[in-house]
Order: sequence, then structure tokens, then C-alpha cells
Amino acid sequence: MLPTPSMGSIISPEELLNPGLAVGQKKILADVALNSARSMGASYADARIGRYLNQYVFTREDQVQNVVNTESFGIGIRVIANGTWGFASTNDVSTDGIKKATQQAVAIAKANAKIQREPVILAPVAAYGEVSWKTPILRNAMEVPVSEKAELLLEANAAAMANGANYVNTALFMVNEQKYFASTEGSYIDQDAHRIWPYMNVTVIDPDKGKFKSRQGLSAPMGMGYEYMDPDPNETIEGLGGVTLFRNRYDLVKDATEAAEQAKQMLSAKSVEPGKYDLVLDPNHLGLTIHESVGHPLELDRVLGYEANYAGTSFATLDKWKTKDFDYGSEIVNLVADKTQVGSLGAVGYDDEGVKTKEWDLVRNGKLVNYQAIRDQVHMIDQKESHGCCYSQSWNDVQFQRMPNVSLEAGKEKYGIKDMLRDVEKGIYIAGRGSYSIDQQRYNFQFGGTVFYEIKDGEIVGMLDDVAYQSNTQEFWNSCAKICDESDYRMFGTFFDGKGQPSQVSAVSHGSSTTRFNGVKVINTGRNI
Amino acid sequence: MAIFSKEEAKKILEKALGFSKAETCEINLSASNSGNIRYARNTVSTAGYQSNQTLAVQSSYGNRVGVATIDEFDSASLEKVVRRSEELAKLSPENPEFLPPLSQQKYLESKTFYESTQNISPEYRAEVAAASIEPARAKDVTAAGFLNDSAGMSAMINSAGLFAYNQSTSLEFTVTMRTNDGTGSGWVTRDVNDVNLFDGAAASQIAIDKAIMSKEAKAIEPGKYTVILEPAASSQLLGNMLRSFDARTADEGRSFMSKKGGGTKLGEKIVDERVNFYSDPQNALAPSPPWAGDGQALKRVDWLKSGVVSNLAYSRYWAEKQGVEPNPFPSNGIMEGGDASLEDMIKNTKKGILITRLWYIRNVDPQTLLYTGLTRDGTFFIENGKIKFPIKNMRFNESPIIMLNNLETLGKQVRVDGNLIPYMKIREFTFTSLSDAI
Repeated sequence: MLPTPSMGSIISPEELLNPGLAVGQKKILADVALNSARSMGASYADARIGRYLNQYVFTREDQVQNVVNTESFGIGIRVIANGTWGFASTNDVSTDGIKKATQQAVAIAKANAKIQREPVILAPVAAYGEVSWKTPILRNAMEVPVSEKAELLLEANAAAMANGANYVNTALFMVNEQKYFASTEGSYIDQDAHRIWPYMNVTVIDPDKGKFKSRQGLSAPMGMGYEYMDPDPNETIEGLGGVTLFRNRYDLVKDATEAAEQAKQMLSAKSVEPGKYDLVLDPNHLGLTIHESVGHPLELDRVLGYEANYAGTSFATLDKWKTKDFDYGSEIVNLVADKTQVGSLGAVGYDDEGVKTKEWDLVRNGKLVNYQAIRDQVHMIDQKESHGCCYSQSWNDVQFQRMPNVSLEAGKEKYGIKDMLRDVEKGIYIAGRGSYSIDQQRYNFQFGGTVFYEIKDGEIVGMLDDVAYQSNTQEFWNSCAKICDESDYRMFGTFFDGKGQPSQVSAVSHGSSTTRFNGVKVINTGRNI
Repeated sequence: MAIFSKEEAKKILEKALGFSKAETCEINLSASNSGNIRYARNTVSTAGYQSNQTLAVQSSYGNRVGVATIDEFDSASLEKVVRRSEELAKLSPENPEFLPPLSQQKYLESKTFYESTQNISPEYRAEVAAASIEPARAKDVTAAGFLNDSAGMSAMINSAGLFAYNQSTSLEFTVTMRTNDGTGSGWVTRDVNDVNLFDGAAASQIAIDKAIMSKEAKAIEPGKYTVILEPAASSQLLGNMLRSFDARTADEGRSFMSKKGGGTKLGEKIVDERVNFYSDPQNALAPSPPWAGDGQALKRVDWLKSGVVSNLAYSRYWAEKQGVEPNPFPSNGIMEGGDASLEDMIKNTKKGILITRLWYIRNVDPQTLLYTGLTRDGTFFIENGKIKFPIKNMRFNESPIIMLNNLETLGKQVRVDGNLIPYMKIREFTFTSLSDAI
């Protein structure tokens, strides 16, 4: 699946550098929406003027397949009238266009008010006045020439091919969200968010056996500029089994070289014996497990049933939370939500309804302590302050509660990746993301990975194939036995967290250190056809 | 916003093409209006309306290609977007896989547009929601649903003389009904081109009944079971299987369709001989547009005939390279069914499971097309020809290829997501664990 911005127009690379509307102009236009909404009887209004820039570069083997630059610009207006939400958007960002859209939003709110049974209650928020925020980048990816990006991808492709790959695809996805938010609460917020994602997939084939194996890149999408693509040995970590891991800088060429080597090894790797294993999970793998088994079940709208027809509901019900004694995980498990983490995909200064972002606990010492909630939800859990995790994928879509970065805190005592091996008699080390599936209340899940290594009596003894693990969320997190220290902490990320109808995507990171889970059920996924 | 008629579209496209100075030029025009309503907790949560129109120009010089888009169609805007695409083409790297535009193609007639659907109003959507919520509330059930309807057109023209046009309408509806004690859940999906064929209240009633029937489910041991798959349960697995019919990845040796020792499985029997799977834009119950995005004509194509792989999909580039005719991926999938009704299938089952829906389906192994996912919203144990009790959801790990080799009975076809899929009874469907989810 490729990210396609709604109503994005193809533009030239140099247009990516156009600064767009000045802040003063945006304020004037946003005030048109806010004043119109008030005069039409809205009790609250917010306006989001968005300019979303994307650049994608695709290559395979020795070819540049495509370079795509897109821009999407418009305004989304959300109002409360008669206690009910209304939303409309337009790419006609003129005074007339904005007035018409505002009118439509108010009309929708008033029409729906007739069948509304739960009037909107908003938590208070500070009036921040005119403020701004920007992702702390060192090098704006949009300013880097396309030729430099293409050369880097082709160099990585050549490295993979030289090391035995039969096929290789690489791509770079770069996103710049320029968002201006204004509301009748008295905030005018200008933000400039940047994200980057280098993608790689290396395939090797054994035609005689009719087998093929692919090894994906071990990068993470990051909330960073092009500096992420500048290799730095200090940001490189030696994993188990000779796997090289990356923190805040990525060495695409090195990863491509190793990907080809490892894909070849996969062709003759031993098929796993099903049974219970201690799993040593790399952060670039564990991030997806955190996303599915912690991030989603603790979204308050899911808990309350608003997502019942699509993504589902949640096992983490309010009655469990109210006991203050629900064992989500073992005592060493501390899971935090955070919209401020530097380098993460979810980091912004203010969310899409003008709430200053923060960090808060979801699970502390293994106990469930909180959810993820926004202004119109926190009253349902007797809280007074929004958590600041409201987001919309574009000006064209209505904002709603989205998952912040959700991360597992590092272990407190000094403990490195290699120390993990010591205590494992029968285990599997897993790095990189793979197949993932979880039920609609987030109990039962199954995860694969990118590379698997067998651990026997404290040592890596070889690569494994056909591995997937199945568990139950609460059982899994209660089997969490050891977490490496801060020196191993890294982020996993995804550009494509999907939720809502019509569906919207959101980008989110999940940090952790290498972590061990004891006695997890592993199945063999090999089949003969 | 206007849904351009064939004549209006042709006029805009011809005017734009008239500005072209490139070696080749291809222009696509599309417009759509869509409306939706979403409800949950037995009340409306959001409603929206979206209107889009886009014109995309692709110009080329040799193998250098540039694309530019615009949403205004006056002469100055049309000339501007054509010039922009030409500038971008000159700046682009060479694409060795670029092929010049197609000459005029012959297109089949396909009935995909209905005025009745185009005229759906916000009031109609609210009525559908109300007719779903009220009976749910009366039965101590909570409804969460989504209705989306759209009307649109697409057209294309190119410098080699091709012109194509199609209008279509669609309506998609899903609703999840959950009993208020939290122990039962039912679901239903419907999609049509003509709103007159849609009955939201009747569909909602099925989901309500399933929610109540599925209350207080019992756990059974995971393992291999005979299953009766409702069409909505198997459609995604079959769609995933069809995506593996790509000739290029098969020829390259990196697909389920690649053969040991080289070559592809074209011509090989891979599933039960009763399996016939084809695509056909003219199917009256599940019509699709008669042309693919690049202007190639879509026609009836057999993909599996008597269980044998009878065609693979070839892009124009790969077809030329391999010296065969191009064969685009289809826009719909039709699996032939049998005469058995669902009641017959249940009656003839000694021990088995009736499955409403499979969910969160993800590929586990592309080599064998192994997928995992879970049952959801209505799973029932059958014994001695009768539904005995609801059972707890389970995770499966299964390949559609193994599934179609274990075919026991084919039932009647139902439209799901624009496709026609039969009820199917399958032997030895593999479940690997239990889920507590309701």
C-alpha cells in the first residue's frame, strides 16, 4: 500500500520548496471560518489550513521507476452547533469558499442534532495565542536533490545485487505537513512536521527448489529530516546473529548488503520445531506488537464502542481500569504514551484540536492506569484535561482520537543485548517486522518477523524459518521477563496506522529496548503445496 | 459538482489534448460525489459529503514521462497543466518500462451507473441509519454502522486516438450489532450499483439475529474442522489468491505461481476441478467498468477453469517482453457456485462450523499463500445437520489453495465487494488457537 494524499496534486520538485501562505494570511482566513461559524450559531469552531507535501522515489535493481511529488492544500472546518459536531472541507481557500464550507459544517451539525443522543462535552483548553512548532530537523528532505536520493537508492540496490540478491526494490517516502490551526478558544498554531521512510525489500531465489525468500530493510520511518540517511557508526548497534541494527541514523547500503546475505541464509534455514520458547524481541520487531496489543486496545473511542463496526472494541474495558489493579503486564512493564518524543513520527507541539502535547502513563508497574483520549472524551473517564492526541490525515478529513507514540520504557539496570542470551536455554531472537494479525478486541494475536535465530543454552546456533508466535495480550505482557537498558532503546514506526470510516491513516512510532518474553507459543507456518 | 456526460468529458479532453506538444500525451478525467453516514452506540456519530474532480495529463519524450494534475478545466488551466506535464517529462529520469499510448480499443457495454443511486439524499442516509438503530434498540442490541454512496465518471483520451468513458454508482453498507450484555455480536455487508436493490433494514435484521444467536458462545478445541464459509468470509482470501496471478513475479520466480525448476504454473491444476473462477465486466449482478486505468479493454477472462490455471495477468510491458498478449488484472471476480442452499449445506453436515466472517487477514508465507486471521461476528457449531450452539472465535492459518483443494460443496452465489462468491463447504480448515474476542 502506498501513501496517497487525498486530493493531492502532482507538482514539480522545486514547488516543494515554496513556503506557501504566510502565517498572517492564514490567520485572516481562519478567522473568516471562526467568525462565520459563530454568526451562524456555532458554540465552538476550529479551522485547519493544511498544506501537505509528499515526495516518493521508487527504484528496482538498476532503474529509477518513478519520482512523485504531490501537494494538497485546503481548509477543514469543524463546528459544534446544538451540541453536535459538524465538519466540512474545501480546497477553495478564499473568503467565499471558506464561508460556504462553514455554512455546510453548521448545517450538518444542526441536521444531525435532531437524532443526537449524546451532546458534545469539551474539556477546557488553554488559549495559547499565536504560537508555532517545527520538527527539529537538520536537513530538509525536500531540499535534497532527487538525483542524490536516486543515487543512494541505486547504490544500495547495487550492493544487494553484488551480494547475491536476485531482485531488490528500494524507495524513499518523504512527508512535510504544514498545518495551521485556529479555534474559538483563542489559539492560532502554526506547525511544520517532517517525516522520512526509507523502504527496502531484497529477494533471493533458488529456482531448482522453487523457493524464494525476501528480507526487508531494518530501518524505521522517523520524524526526522534527510539527516536520517547519513550513516553514523555511533548510531549503529550490533544485534545478535550478526544482524546490524540502527538508531537515529540509517546506513541503507550496509543494510542492503546484509539483507542479501541473510536472505540467502534464509533459503536453507532450519524449519522451527513448534512449542514454547523464550522470545528475545528486537525493538524494530516489538514496536508492531506494542502497536497492536497496547496502542489500539487503549484508544478510548474503541473502548467505548465508536469503532465497533470497523477496527473493533477492546478487552481493556472501563471496569478493569477502574479496579486500579488490572495486571496488563509484569511488574517491569511500563508503557507510556507520548506526543513529544524527539525523532518520533507522532511528535508535534499541539494536536489537531489545539491541545499542547505531553507524555502520560498508560501502564505503570504492570497496572493499567490510563487511556488515550481527546477533548470530547476525557469527561467519560472523569478526567479534566485532554491528552492531546487528536489528529486528521489531511485538511479534507475530520480530526479524531488517534494513537500517540506508545513505548515500553527501558530497563533500569545496566543490561545489554548480549546479556539477554545468558539466561535463555531455549529461545528465538526476532528482528524486523513480519506478518501481523490480532482480533477485534485485542486478545489473541499472531506475529511473524523478518529474521529469526535459534538460541540454545545461551548461544545463537543458527537461523530459523517458518516462525510465528501466538499469544493473548495480557498473558504475553505478563510473561515479560527482562528489558535491556536505555543504551539499546530504539524506535519502530509505521506510516499507515488505519482507523475510522471513511478510513484515515496516521504515522506513529513505538520505542523499546530489546526485551525477553518467557514461554511463548511458537507455531510452524511451513506448508507443502 | 457535475458528473460530466460523455460529450462534456470528450470536449474537455479534446481541448486539453489540443494543447499538447509532446511526443505522446494521455489525459485522464475523473469526477465523483460521495456521501456517508456513520453511527455507533445507537446514535449518529459523523456524516460527510465529498466532491472531487481531477484531470491528469501524462506527457512523454522518448522514455521520459511527466504527469501533472489540475482540478480546474477552463482553457488557461488546461493549457497550464499540459505544459507542466511536458516540463516534468523533460526533467524526469528515463523509465525503460514506459510504453507509448494505446490506439483506440473496442470496449464492451457495462451497466455500472444508476440514477437512483446518484440521487441519494442526506435524508435517505439518515433513514437507513434510523431503520438500523431502532430495531436494534428494541432488541437490547447496539448498532454501529457505516453507509457510503458515490456517483462518478472516468474518461481518457490519448494522442494515439483512444477515447474511453464510463460512469458508475455504488453503495456500500456494513453494520455490526452487539448485544448490550457484551456476549453476542453479528455483522452484515451489502454493496450494490442500484440503490433500489438495497434493503438496509432487512440487512440490519440479519446482523441483529446473529448477535442474539451468538450470545454466550462455548469454546471448542482448535484443530481441523469442516467449515461452511459464508461468501463474505471467503471473498478476501479469494481476492488475495487472484493477486498472485501476476505473470511477471511468477516468471521471476518469486510468487506462488512460480514453478519448481523454472517457469510458471500456467496450465497446471492447482485446486479442485469444480473450481471455476473468472472475471467479466458485463456480469449483470456484479458489473465492473469495461476498461482498465491504462485504457486496455477488459473482457471475460477465465483465471481458473476446472481447477486449472488458465490465464496469468500480463502488464503491457511484461507482455511485450515475453512476446504474449497483454492481459490486465480484472475489476471483479466471479466464482461459479452450485445449487446447494445454506440450509442444505447445514443439513448435510455431521460436524462442522458455520462462519459469518474472517477478519484481520494477513499473509504469513507468500510461497504457499498461507494466511492468518480470525472468525468474527457469528461463528456457530453444527452437529448432525443442525446449528447447535455459538462458539468462541478462533484464529485460522490456511491457504486458499489448500482450502479450494478441500472443497466439499458449492452453494449459491452472493455479491460481496463487487464480486460474486458462492457459499462453500470446506474440509479440514485449520484453526490454531482460541480467541476471547466477541
